[in-house]
Amino acid sequence: MTGGDLGGWEMVVGLEVHCELKTATKLFCGCPNVFGDEPNTNVCPVCLGLPGSLPVLNQQAVELAMAIGTALGCEIRPSTFHRKNYFYPDMPKDYQISQYDEPINVDGHLELPDGSVVGIVRAHLEEDTGKTTHAGGTGRIHGSDYSLVDYNRSGVPLVEIVSAPDIRSAAQARAYAAELRGVLVATGASDGRMEEGSMRVDANVSVRRGPDAPFGTRCEIKNLNSLRSLARAVEYEARRQIEVLESGGTVAQQTRHWDEDAGRTVTLRSKEEATDYRYFLEPDLVPVVPDAQWITAVADTLGMLPAARRARLVDLLRADGGAGGAGAAPTAAQQDQIATVVDLGLDDLVVGTVAAGVAAPLTLARAANEAATEPELARGLDPVAFAALLGMEESGSLSATQVKSVLAELMRSGGDPAAIAAAKGFEALAEDTLVATVAELVAAHPDEWQRFCDGDDKLAGFFTGQVMKATQGKANGKAVAAELRRLRG
Amino acid sequence: MSPAGATPAPALALADAIRSGERRAVEVVEASLAAIAERDGELHCFNLVLADQARARAAEVDRMVAAGEDPGPLAGVPVALKDNLCTRGIDTTCSSRILAGWRPPYDATVVTRLARAGAVVVGKTNMDEFAMGSSTETSATGPTRNPHDTSRVPGGSSGGSAAAVAAGFAPLALGSDTGGSIRQPAALCGVVGMKPTYGTVSRYGLVAFASSLDQIGPFATTVADAAGTFDVIGGHDPADSTSLDRPTPRVLSVLDEGIAGLTVGVVRELLDGADADVVARIRAAAEVCAAAGARVEEVSVPEVALGLSAYYLIAPAEASSNLARYDGVRYGLRVEAPDAASMNVATRTAGFGAEVKRRIMLGTYALSAGYYDAYYGQALRVRTRIIEGFERAYRTCDVLLGPTSPTTAFPLGERLDDPLAMYLSDVCTIPSNLAGHPAISVPFGTGGDGLPVGAQLLAPALGESVLFRAAAVLEAGAPPAGDPGAVDPGAGGAVTGEGAR
Repeated sequence: MTGGDLGGWEMVVGLEVHCELKTATKLFCGCPNVFGDEPNTNVCPVCLGLPGSLPVLNQQAVELAMAIGTALGCEIRPSTFHRKNYFYPDMPKDYQISQYDEPINVDGHLELPDGSVVGIVRAHLEEDTGKTTHAGGTGRIHGSDYSLVDYNRSGVPLVEIVSAPDIRSAAQARAYAAELRGVLVATGASDGRMEEGSMRVDANVSVRRGPDAPFGTRCEIKNLNSLRSLARAVEYEARRQIEVLESGGTVAQQTRHWDEDAGRTVTLRSKEEATDYRYFLEPDLVPVVPDAQWITAVADTLGMLPAARRARLVDLLRADGGAGGAGAAPTAAQQDQIATVVDLGLDDLVVGTVAAGVAAPLTLARAANEAATEPELARGLDPVAFAALLGMEESGSLSATQVKSVLAELMRSGGDPAAIAAAKGFEALAEDTLVATVAELVAAHPDEWQRFCDGDDKLAGFFTGQVMKATQGKANGKAVAAELRRLRG
Repeated sequence: MSPAGATPAPALALADAIRSGERRAVEVVEASLAAIAERDGELHCFNLVLADQARARAAEVDRMVAAGEDPGPLAGVPVALKDNLCTRGIDTTCSSRILAGWRPPYDATVVTRLARAGAVVVGKTNMDEFAMGSSTETSATGPTRNPHDTSRVPGGSSGGSAAAVAAGFAPLALGSDTGGSIRQPAALCGVVGMKPTYGTVSRYGLVAFASSLDQIGPFATTVADAAGTFDVIGGHDPADSTSLDRPTPRVLSVLDEGIAGLTVGVVRELLDGADADVVARIRAAAEVCAAAGARVEEVSVPEVALGLSAYYLIAPAEASSNLARYDGVRYGLRVEAPDAASMNVATRTAGFGAEVKRRIMLGTYALSAGYYDAYYGQALRVRTRIIEGFERAYRTCDVLLGPTSPTTAFPLGERLDDPLAMYLSDVCTIPSNLAGHPAISVPFGTGGDGLPVGAQLLAPALGESVLFRAAAVLEAGAPPAGDPGAVDPGAGGAVTGEGAR
């Protein structure tokens, strides 16, 4: 349902992404910043907002925010904190300390894998609230029997990254969020786990009659807990607004809630009900003024960003001849593999393995398809050992199936791939055994053989499968294919 | 003679006697507790008297002395703490129903520093609720009475601390000063009260009223005691981001340097609304400065006249945010209601007094969308102008002089129903808070009603040294207690506080 024609309408989307920073301690106190601990164990007078307590800014959080700003090409500026005042039980002070009119990062951009560029308006620091669980009733605050608050999350550092309204489709919204997540992980600022809430997305959606029309009234959608929800919600909301407009109505500015199960957005509150946050400069903190030296020092700690890492793999494929000869662009499948490998942080493994002499396409495919099933383990894989294993596949001494089996063992326990293969009894099938097996199976399946001989190449897969079955996967697929072609003549 | 009938020994002299073994801390503390027991029923300086804790702490001080250890420069000195200073495990109420029974799990930085200096906390003093008031009458625990005349207010908001020192209950007390809450009650009770430069004393553990204005400071019977206490409680604290990370002036050691050759500016606008007898005392104080070798000139700082209106926007605005946390969710009073929002409302309705509610509403309004620029924004611009006005004055003057309060202590109840009249009590003290500058009130004779008058000295940021030097000069030249008119111009010059060091 994502993508698709909007009947002459254009959607305009801007995203606000809240990213929890992976600091050792909270933004304004020394409490551990850990997800999943017993409720209300990582708390102190400051993050509980006890009378008389005062915030002290965490330098590591500032540096991670600066790293994000650098990665997004932002200008890093002198910045201040404000108080955003509103009452809610999970806000210990009943105000949130947040950067307001002087954020630390402004005016950046993010280039997506398809080459489109989304502007970044700002990326500012703020503190997270506690977490409320409403018991009984609907699970929302209204109508619940009672509420429980866990303040472990209270004061956890967040960076809110606000995009320009440059996004024009649900697919692009998803691609933006995915790419941003990659950047956040690459900077070391975040673990990017949407399911744990360490990255949360709000979407501002409006529609208009084509690219030259003025912007329409927007609605903000909350509660987007996955990339899939984001894409679905944006698509739904745009279509909802189009329907309203086409039936002669007007879109009301609202905050809406994405109902994942129902697959629709519902009104949370209207503009008239919006809180007046009464922002004012936080008198308990002083301005943060990063000087050029500090900005450079933070930039120097930045590793390669996803776009550069993808480019590196593309270069590797091209140098290697890729799929279509030297200099050719990667195939669509290879682009997916590159995205997977970079997303899972396996690109260093691929580069190291290719450097050890294995062909880039094979390395990329095995990393993206096989190693990627256990990304944690794969990241610890020794490129030299991985290269040795893939070398055995290239030389035909191990089948693809056998490589998978050895790889699993190699990732879990390490060691020498040749020794693991030997211990598993994986020896290359003797050539005469392979020839005999193929001949036997050709004889057993005359109809399929005839179709293969008539030019239906798909049947090669059928025979390869049969041979693998008969040899418990010991046969080398390439050798089987070569024998089939030889027999066909 | 203090109004309590006994002349309390100054704190530093007491500490010296205790450190040398000449006196025992337990006896000193016992005398303090006895004085409280005898008269605090009448005055109500204390919300809580910590007799057992004080006795145990005094015994520990004596043990240290006996063991040859040094308990510190305030060894065994009884100290009263304003009830908005957090004390670990001890009720800290801000004289509000909403914090009744709340016990902080930590000590304020100043409390830790006092303890490290050997001081003995004897109790938590009464105050205007959340420090909002100028008479200690907005307290939920009832008003404190002025020891000089119990039909009159002690001033506020730190009225309990000021009266406790004036009554001889303790030679030292701490208060907090947001718009004059140390200096004004010090003046009305006839004791020394000092507000430090913003950022020189840590606010960590001070329950916030208006964060950009609040400073903790000492009450004492002598300028030297106030100086010694400032030296103990001042200095950088990493727990307070607004705490200045630079050397804080050490003042006790420079007290006797005098003010010969310095320029003292008498601020015309501070005299403008003051009663004639108060103005006369300030003129006499200026003569004392001149006799001590200072050049005295009258200066005009017209911006200070704008202070009151700016203050009554900025302070309530910050307060409306600072006091939001008293919502019944985590601590203090909770009035049950069917849902969270109604519980917040019911709790705050029952927990806050009228003055606190007035200021929360005022501040909320001043920060509201559409009004921010006209009110809060405008007040901030005025604040900048006041700072500029002082800067201009300090180009020619080293210290400024004026009254602390336009009047002497007023009768209980007189201004309680007239907020504007009450707010005017702070007209002379507010400019220093808006500028973040230090200021001190020194007793200087009495008014026509026989009640104490305070002379206020003001200095530029981090000008504590010159401020205390001038204060010592005024103290030495002040008319003797009970002699409202007498001024001895010959008493100026290099003088130390009685019994210091």
